[in-house]
Amino acid sequence: MSIPTEKRPVLEIRNLTQNFGGLRAVSDFNIQLMPGELSGLIGPNGAGKTTVFNLVSGFYQPSEGAILIDGVPTGGLKPHKVTALGVARTFQNIRLWNEMTVLDNIRVAQHYRLGYGFFHSAVRSKRYMRREAEIAREAAELLDIFHLTQYADEFPKNLPYGTQRKLEIARALSIHPKLLLLDEPAAGLNSSDIQELIRLIRWIHEMFAVTIWMIEHQMDVIMQLCTRIKVIDFGETIAEGNPEEICNHPAVITAYLGDDTI
Amino acid sequence: MENLVQNIINALQWGSFYALIALGYTLVYGVLTLINFAHGDVFMVGAYIAFFSATFLLTTLGLPGWIALALCIPVTMILTAMVGVTLERIAYRPLRNKGAHRLYVVITALMCGLILEHANLAIFGASRKAFPQLIAEHVYTIGGVTFTNLKIAVIATAFLAFLFLHWMVTRTRVGMAMRAISYDKFAVPLLGIPLDRIIVVTFILGSGFAGLAGLLFAMSYPVLEPYMGALIGWKAFIAAVVGGIGDIRGAFLGGFLLGAVEIMVVAFFPSTFRDLIAFTVLLLILTWKPTGLFGIAKTTKI
Repeated sequence: MSIPTEKRPVLEIRNLTQNFGGLRAVSDFNIQLMPGELSGLIGPNGAGKTTVFNLVSGFYQPSEGAILIDGVPTGGLKPHKVTALGVARTFQNIRLWNEMTVLDNIRVAQHYRLGYGFFHSAVRSKRYMRREAEIAREAAELLDIFHLTQYADEFPKNLPYGTQRKLEIARALSIHPKLLLLDEPAAGLNSSDIQELIRLIRWIHEMFAVTIWMIEHQMDVIMQLCTRIKVIDFGETIAEGNPEEICNHPAVITAYLGDDTI
Repeated sequence: MENLVQNIINALQWGSFYALIALGYTLVYGVLTLINFAHGDVFMVGAYIAFFSATFLLTTLGLPGWIALALCIPVTMILTAMVGVTLERIAYRPLRNKGAHRLYVVITALMCGLILEHANLAIFGASRKAFPQLIAEHVYTIGGVTFTNLKIAVIATAFLAFLFLHWMVTRTRVGMAMRAISYDKFAVPLLGIPLDRIIVVTFILGSGFAGLAGLLFAMSYPVLEPYMGALIGWKAFIAAVVGGIGDIRGAFLGGFLLGAVEIMVVAFFPSTFRDLIAFTVLLLILTWKPTGLFGIAKTTKI
């Protein structure tokens, strides 16, 4: 009994709980993301948002509950296997390989996706040459559509912060994900960079037809982009809904601004 | 003049051993930031593997020397690589998976080295082993400079090993992944690259070439004893640090530099001064450039 593809969620999380020693970082978390959705995850600092992302990308194994990518349970899978299911992500503090060129940053991940064995690269087989050309072409295309071609031979650390963010997103897309996790993409950006980021994410969402789930503190970004938002605090889900509902939700206001009653 | 050329050849040959071993230190350090202190003893194990396979091929099977050598090279490299991978699998990986601090892994590596030494001592005894002669040594003399076919082979092997590893790291996808891991390990699996597999490849390469160095060393200085890897391993490690640990060119250059300094000291001073002066020179180099010749200072963002 299988659910038709178009109805099957790209990401399904059931009763997810994560304990670190005595600390319950995530508690009974549930979500379903349908293909093409652009959804937000917000909450005060230390609410457990990044922990949820680390669980989804396989970096932690959940204490309880299940995570399904396109119907496939990820329990027990190593991060690189989860990636192979089509999950890509960016990081709160940019994690580019600073001592490799911009182009190589993109090629590394592609090398694995378009794999060929060691033997082929040693003898420069036809298959190797064809793959290599394919990788080079795809990387060039990706840089081109992100307007990063002029930086191809630069080192990421020499680029402006906003451009590094863009490169990190481009690198994540190089593995052709079904689900893109963005962990605070607007962190550290100035207001004009943020407007560009909003346009960029909207464009990626359409252009790559990818499901996007993002953590963000900039309400501007969340409210303009996301159709559905989930709010967590101390690991617990406290609210869920569209931007307007979230803005006026009493529990959200309390979580962010504190309780007025003395 | 002849004397100088002679010393340069001797230095290249002596430095080749350091370079081959230093390459293994630097590969593992580059990928894991782990100083694999067992590496010198992996070299020793390589020499013993070469000894047993050479004896078996020559005496038991009665093969001619050059065929025995041709078989001995891959056998030694593969078996020594397996020893390195086994250490990784049973000693280092469990610690890594538990998120242990680097310090504990380094101490574990030190212990693994001691275990290899003393397991050897317990199993094969304290008596030294004489390595059988695989190929006849030819001595060539050109204008007062003498060298042997073996010396040339040792130097050529070190250069080929360097070229191979350099190509591997800069031109292949495994090498690219190795570099990516050395810059940021965290992001690597999340881009679909299998971390553990890349680490195993690193240990295969490092240990394989340590095995090759063990074979060549045993052929050049045919006396084997359980502690033969300790001092040469320490020195190769220092050579890797002086070259800039984590960088293949650094390990290669550092190895030859140490070889050159040692040979030149012996050429002009009593041989008992060798290590004293050699290490003083290295200390001065590190004082002048603490990150090593090819090293880049790692800055941590606060």
